[in-house]
Parts: sequence; C-alpha cells; structure tokens
Amino acid sequence: MADNIISFEKVNKWYGNNFHVLRDIDLQVARGERIVICGPSGSGKSTLIRCVNRLEEHQEGKITVDGTEMTDDVKAIEAVRKEVGMVFQQFNLFPHLTVLENLTLAPTWVGKMPKAEAEEKAMQQLKRVRISEQAQKFPLQLSGGQQQRVAIARALCLTPKIMLFDEPTSALDPEMIKEVLDVMVELAGLGITMLCVTHEMGFAKAVANRVIFMDQGQIIEQNNPHEFFSNPKSDRTKDFLSKILGH
Amino acid sequence: MSAVFQPIAAREAPIKMEGFVPWIKHNLFGGWRNTVATLLGLAVIVHWLPPLANWLLFKAVFVPDSDVCQSAREIGACWGVITEKHRLIILGRYPLAEQWRPEIATLLLMGLLIFSCIRKFWKPWLALLWLVVVALVFVLMGGGVAGLTRVSTDQWGGLPLTIMLATLSIVFAFPIAVVVALGRRSKLPAIRTVCVIYVELIRGVPLISVLFMASFMFPLFMPPGVSIDVLLRVLVGITLFSAAYMAEIVRGGLQAIPKGQTEAAATLGLSYWQTQRKIVLPQALALVVPGIMNNFISIFKDTSLVTIVSLYELTGAMGLALNSDANWRPFKLEAYLFIAAIYFAFCFSMSRYSLWIEKQVNRSKVR
Repeated sequence: MADNIISFEKVNKWYGNNFHVLRDIDLQVARGERIVICGPSGSGKSTLIRCVNRLEEHQEGKITVDGTEMTDDVKAIEAVRKEVGMVFQQFNLFPHLTVLENLTLAPTWVGKMPKAEAEEKAMQQLKRVRISEQAQKFPLQLSGGQQQRVAIARALCLTPKIMLFDEPTSALDPEMIKEVLDVMVELAGLGITMLCVTHEMGFAKAVANRVIFMDQGQIIEQNNPHEFFSNPKSDRTKDFLSKILGH
Repeated sequence: MSAVFQPIAAREAPIKMEGFVPWIKHNLFGGWRNTVATLLGLAVIVHWLPPLANWLLFKAVFVPDSDVCQSAREIGACWGVITEKHRLIILGRYPLAEQWRPEIATLLLMGLLIFSCIRKFWKPWLALLWLVVVALVFVLMGGGVAGLTRVSTDQWGGLPLTIMLATLSIVFAFPIAVVVALGRRSKLPAIRTVCVIYVELIRGVPLISVLFMASFMFPLFMPPGVSIDVLLRVLVGITLFSAAYMAEIVRGGLQAIPKGQTEAAATLGLSYWQTQRKIVLPQALALVVPGIMNNFISIFKDTSLVTIVSLYELTGAMGLALNSDANWRPFKLEAYLFIAAIYFAFCFSMSRYSLWIEKQVNRSKVR
C-alpha cells in the first residue's frame, strides 16, 4: 500500500535474551492518520513507537518509514529522523540552551538553515504553542507544561511528517495537562501523522482515528475510538478500560 | 472550621536578618559552642601573629649580605637570599645576556593565557593565535634564527619553563582527555579497549617514571640519527599523563548526562559528533569544572618533577641557585617560601578563574 507512511511487518524485539517485548507486530499507518496507543505499563507501547525512529532496534521483521527501511544504515536513519518529530515524557529539553536555541539547534545544524530564518520559524512555532514570550528563558525556568509545549514546538521546527508522543502528559501536574493536550489537539488539524502513547482517553476520543490497545508485547485490539470505547471486543481490553475509565 | 479565606499580606522580618552586625552575631557568637570556637580562634591569632610578623617582616634581613643574615638567624627571615639570587631562581641557567628573551616569551604566553580566559574571545581564530604565539615563544627562547644566538633547551629554566610546560601540557591534554573519555564510552569494543588500556596504564605509574621513560627510554626506540629534544619528550610525557587523569574526570561528567538528552538530539537528526559537541559536552564539562581545574592546578605544580631529567624549572632552578653557593645554602627555607608564593599566586588565580567559569556555565540553572 503506497499510502502507508509507517509499516510494521511481523516485527519482533527482545531486550536481552529473554524479554520478548514486541511480538509479531503488524501495523500499517496511513498518511495523516492519528493513532492513540494505550495499554498497561510494560506492554511495549513506548518501545513500539521508539522503533519508528530507531531509538530502539528490532531483531525480526521489517519496519518501513516513509519509504525507508529501518536498518543499521546511519545516514538513512538520520534522514528519517529529520521527518519524525518526537515528544518525550520527561520533555528532554536541552537545559544549557535557551528555549529559542533549543528550537533553532536542529534547523541550523541539521537543516543548514540560516540563523535568522531558523529563529523566525522558531518564533512562529512558539506562538503556535502560546509560549513565545519565554523564548529567551532557560528550560528549567519554565513550568512542566510550558517545557512540554516547548518540546512540541522544537519537534515541529523540522516540519516533520510524523509526530511521536511518548506519554507526553504523564509527568505533568493535573493543571498543566490541559494546556499540553490543547496544543496537541490543534496539531491534529495540521495533517501530520500522529502516534501517541497516552492514557488521556478524552484526547483519544477527540482526535484519534484509531485506538490501539497493547498488552504483553502484542496488539490486542484496534478500532476507531467510538467502537473501541463503546464496544471493546476482548476481555483484556474491557478489563483495562474499566480500570482507567472507572473513576 | 469554615472560615472564609483571608489573604495575608507580606510583611518585613521582625529582626534584622542581613547586614554586618547580624552576621557577626549569628555566625561568630550564635550559641556557646560557636562563641568558644571564635574566642579560641582569636587567641591563636593573637598568640602566633606577632612573632610571625616579626620573623617575616620586622626583624627580617633584606640586604644581600650572608653575614648579616647569619647573625639574624632564628630571629628574622633572610630575604637577602632572594635579593641576591632572584635572577637565577626565576630564570634558571638561561644565558645572562639573553635574559630578555625568556622574559618577553613568558609575558607573551601569559598575555595570551589571560586573553584566552575572556569569554568573548572564544572564537576559532584563538586557536590560530595560540599556534603563532607558541611558535614565537619557541623561536625566541631557542634562537638560531633572525640573529638570535642559539640557546639549547637544557639551558631553559626557571619560571618561564614552568609556565611553558604547564600551559602547553594543559592545552594539549584537555582535548586528548575529551576524546579518550568519549572513546571509553564508545559502542565499538576496539576503541573502548584502547582507551581503557591507555588510562589504566598511565594511572598505574607515577609521573616521575613517565618522565624518566620519556627522557631515557624513549630515545632507545628511535631509529639511529633521529633525536627528539628532551623538552619535547618531557612535554609529551606530562601531557599524556595528565590527559589520562582528566579523561576520567570528563567521563564522570559524561555519565551524569541523562540518556534522554542524546535521544532527544537523535530524534532531531543530529549526528553523533553534533550531539557530543552541542548537547553532551557542554553540559558534561560544565559539571566537572572544579575537577578539571583541580587537575590544571596539579599539572602546574607537577612540572617541578622535571628536575629529575635535568630540566631546571622554578623549583629546580631554586635548588641550583642555592646548592652551588655555600654562603646562601642555609637559607633554603626563605627561598622555598619565595617560590611557594609564586606557585600560590598562579594556582590561586586559576582557582578564582574556575569559580568564575562555574558561574558562567551555571547561568541556565538559575531559576
């Protein structure tokens, strides 16, 4: 299928010899699709999306991202990474650089963009996440929610085709979760392919085209959000949903 | 229990918390233990300071006359030994008529050092300037060109030699240390092993034996007819020695950088070297400024060991100056105090500079 931007075919991954973390993963992601991945901790959902930009290597099967197969070819991986933005649970901003420098670093060094242009573009992204007045501050001077929005803006500066979110709101205070989710909802309107590991089911209902439930390294169930939440097929999914939606 | 929330306005502290008198009250006389310690400290100062000042200054002999000094023994210091021997101590065996050359060379090097300490000059051309100045220093000291008489390196000595050895080994050791530290964390076992062997071998032997090998053993392995200057060999020895220690300090800093930082850099498409240069090293080195400066300071003082291979830097030159003269030999203590003061001045400046650097690199941590 030519229109699939990400494709996993029979992907298996182990940590060490015994920990089989991904088991026969088959996953096709269409261009512009927005997918929410949920599941208990240790189910392999973070590992799955980290395979997309090869932060993790798989041992079996084939992963193709925008036409490039993920192998040991460093140059190919670096090229793919320019098209894949990623937002982490712990923000991972560069604490020794200002907010603006965090955003301009990759465009100037990787994209060879002139500094003035990179800064202009960075300010646009900061405006998008409503944080442009903090451009000259250092990351540690911002709140968690602000830092995460900077991290999103930083990923957007390379105009990625794919955005990966690895539990972007899990490290945030309840009051800050909303400001980050609001930004993510806005991104959904941009047509970027989004893969999002999260337990924010409200977000899943609002923006996802598809919800995937994983457990023990396998995809247990996937469906559109309406069907997924109102009519889960497997008992494991029902059990999980009753726990996270139960209160 | 259901009282309506009432905001409380901020007010001033009831007792003065800042200022000179509160500081003294709090820090010197806060509680009886504190007070006893303060009084004991004062007593020690009152008891020891006057005799010390007398010996150092008021009853000291400043004229370069060994008989006067001899008669003032135990009563006052003999600074006459410095008046008499300072040229030999500071410049070593360098020919008297040519002494302007090491003087200017040292001033050049010191000027460059101070210049390099200033943040706004940290540009690529600074490296070029270093090359030029170091070349100039060697030409000036060694001569043989431009009408300068030739002075072989074994005649170089004193403070110029100390400064030159320390500066050059610091400048070369630092980049080597960074590369070795990165190498020890490489994914490639071959690179890792080489770096580990280098560090462990060098750390396992005393600097003196490294210098000895550099000076006496190394020439045995050279093809006949090829000889490398002893100064250069010693310089390489000190550099490799300090680099091994510094590499471990740098590695400590590298370990402290969370994995998330390199992952974030990777997802932005930065290559390995870009990541190290822009993300990892700036943070890692900022963490280890005190350790690195510690190492710089000990390099500065360790240069005194080159005496054993007959290069007479400051300490060696002092020994040379006094041992050869029976009249002044008894006043080694004063001479030692003199060079100690010189060492201290340099090392203390380095440690002050280190504090300033720490402040600079920690700007991003100020909330």
